[in-house]
Amino acid sequence: MKQFLEGSRAVAEIVKLCKPGVISAYPITPQTHIVEELAQMVANGELNAQFVNVESEHSAASVVLGAVATGVRAFTATSSQGLLYMAEVLFNISGLRLPLVLTCANRAISAPINIWNDQQDSVSLRDSGWIQFYAENIQEAADLHLLAYRLGEDKSIMLPAMVCMDGYTLTHGMETVDIPTQGEVDKFLPSYKPLYKLDPAEPLTMGLLADPDYYLETRFAIQETFKEVLKMIPKISEEFKNRFGRDYKDGLVEEYCTKDAEKVIVAMGSVCGTIKEVVDAQRAKGKKVGLLKIISYRPFPYAKVDDALKDIPRIAVLDKAVSLGAYAPLAVEIKATFFGKKKSPKLISSFIAGLGGRDITFESVKEIFTKLNRKEVNLEFIDLKPELLKEEYGV
Amino acid sequence: MEYNPLFKPGHTACVGCGQAVAARLVIEAAGSNTIVVNNTGCLEVFSTKYPETAWGVPWIHSLFENAAAVASGVEAALIYLGKSPPNGGMPPITPTADSANGGKAAKDTINVIAQGGDGGTADIGLQALSGMLERGHNILYCCYDNEAYENTGVQRSGLTPYATNTTTTPPGTKSIGNIRPKKPMPEIANAHGIAYVATASAGFPQDIQRKVKKAMSIKGPKYLQIHVPCPLGWRHGPELTLEVAKLAVETGLYPLIEYENGKLTAVRKIQPKPVEEYLKVQGRFKHLLNNPEEIKKIQAIADANIEKYNLKVKPGAT
Repeated sequence: MKQFLEGSRAVAEIVKLCKPGVISAYPITPQTHIVEELAQMVANGELNAQFVNVESEHSAASVVLGAVATGVRAFTATSSQGLLYMAEVLFNISGLRLPLVLTCANRAISAPINIWNDQQDSVSLRDSGWIQFYAENIQEAADLHLLAYRLGEDKSIMLPAMVCMDGYTLTHGMETVDIPTQGEVDKFLPSYKPLYKLDPAEPLTMGLLADPDYYLETRFAIQETFKEVLKMIPKISEEFKNRFGRDYKDGLVEEYCTKDAEKVIVAMGSVCGTIKEVVDAQRAKGKKVGLLKIISYRPFPYAKVDDALKDIPRIAVLDKAVSLGAYAPLAVEIKATFFGKKKSPKLISSFIAGLGGRDITFESVKEIFTKLNRKEVNLEFIDLKPELLKEEYGV
Repeated sequence: MEYNPLFKPGHTACVGCGQAVAARLVIEAAGSNTIVVNNTGCLEVFSTKYPETAWGVPWIHSLFENAAAVASGVEAALIYLGKSPPNGGMPPITPTADSANGGKAAKDTINVIAQGGDGGTADIGLQALSGMLERGHNILYCCYDNEAYENTGVQRSGLTPYATNTTTTPPGTKSIGNIRPKKPMPEIANAHGIAYVATASAGFPQDIQRKVKKAMSIKGPKYLQIHVPCPLGWRHGPELTLEVAKLAVETGLYPLIEYENGKLTAVRKIQPKPVEEYLKVQGRFKHLLNNPEEIKKIQAIADANIEKYNLKVKPGAT
């Protein structure tokens, strides 16, 4: 049913339909609306779940870890410092091969403390063994949760998944969202039947010590599984389309006006909506521009990206995160896609924008397209304030 | 009779490990219908080196500091599955006529034990433990207190006693060793208003098992801290483990106490022995033996315990 909902409410509605038995979270802006909504659903008896109010994100992640290990579907959400505080547990969850879904309401990292949006938090956890999806809009954020549960709990996968949605822009924005019925969701997402669980009827030991004779293979196994994830996402996306009518194609990337494009921006998350509008406006003027939206950042769909961009002469990669002291995180992947390839874009420029909630406007996007006319640039920051740099840093 | 212990021999603990003894006693008392969540530490390392395990019950290890939180999730999942009584809040701090009865666990309940060493409990895991106690989960938390980070090579923890020689509190010309007394963990746990807090000792095996069984009969969070000598870190012969544990109790340095609903309800009475008897059998206190001033301070700690908990056997009593 179509409803006009806040992003957080939409996520809460879809999570409710996924029937988690245990929810645990710790307050942090801008994630809190999601779990507040869920707490109310539990309080109203609309959702049969244990809602555990913990004393930290570290414990929130640990509680859901324990719940999934006991064979019960679980959910948590966080942002920014909260995600970093969970980091140790998140690596542990993937190492234990526990499927779990976490919403990351993307927010900048301190210092300086800043509650506004960028993607530094989740991008910093790209190596944690979690599947990572980035949503462009509220509908997509809601849908990706459903895909994430279905994917992670597949017996051939058994990995946790993080649905990343830009803080405020998507968590606090409102859109008309199509929320499926319980019956439709139940057909798409069967009840959670783990391969292994903590159960006195069949005692087993989880989380053992693996010495150098055994550890390496555990990491290899996850790496191999991510190949399966890459194959599984398009299949589940197809099934999703057939059942719910929304077509995310392969579910890995979205190609927007790329087929004959001369210039394409590669980006993740809500900024893709802004870029699409600029693309539409420029296309109307006859300019051959396009967008490649990355939905699945982990696993990274190198083959899809190669296929989508190899014939496009000029590429701009827009990162809403930095890897201080090195090339930008998304730019690294795009450049790696084409390293040593015969057919590749002539130019891959890398731009940083929107950190700490600085608006990425139509003008910012247009500027990036304009800058693609010049020679390749790396790590160019968009929308810097020269007067502030001079005043504060003497640059 | 088939011998199928819940904590099996063949693990890789050091000879004379007090923690291995206590962990076996705890799980045997709790029974097979129990899920164990273990912090990182000696016990986890020596009992679950892949591809072997000593555990005959479902057991999980996640991280150093989160056993109490993981166990909270296990318990929440069990409530969801109908295998643990719903969390209707813990018994009131001030006991009422109902609290003894209302606190009883359901018959088909699966027990949950969270456990760890003193560092994982009193230092890095204190926040998660406090959360677990405060939220009223139906979990027994067991702290195996060997008074240092033995697993990483005998470093000082918050439960290392005053003047102890550890690798990070070595005595020298300007130091007598660890400068602080033990963090009062039983009192900290008790201050959460939980229904049951107790201390025990590897030197008194029946007492450990009685306390575990008692804890399991009470709904809500329970805290049990067990003194477990570590021959490696304490530097005593492995054959002396139980002897050393007993001496800690008998000198008044490790009082065996029970709090129920916030009230001290039982203590193990002792005919106090001088603390030197305990100190002299351990290498970690060797540097104190020619230092009567320091021994006096340690005797004062024992005397304060004896007075605070009224540990002394009355003249003529046995």
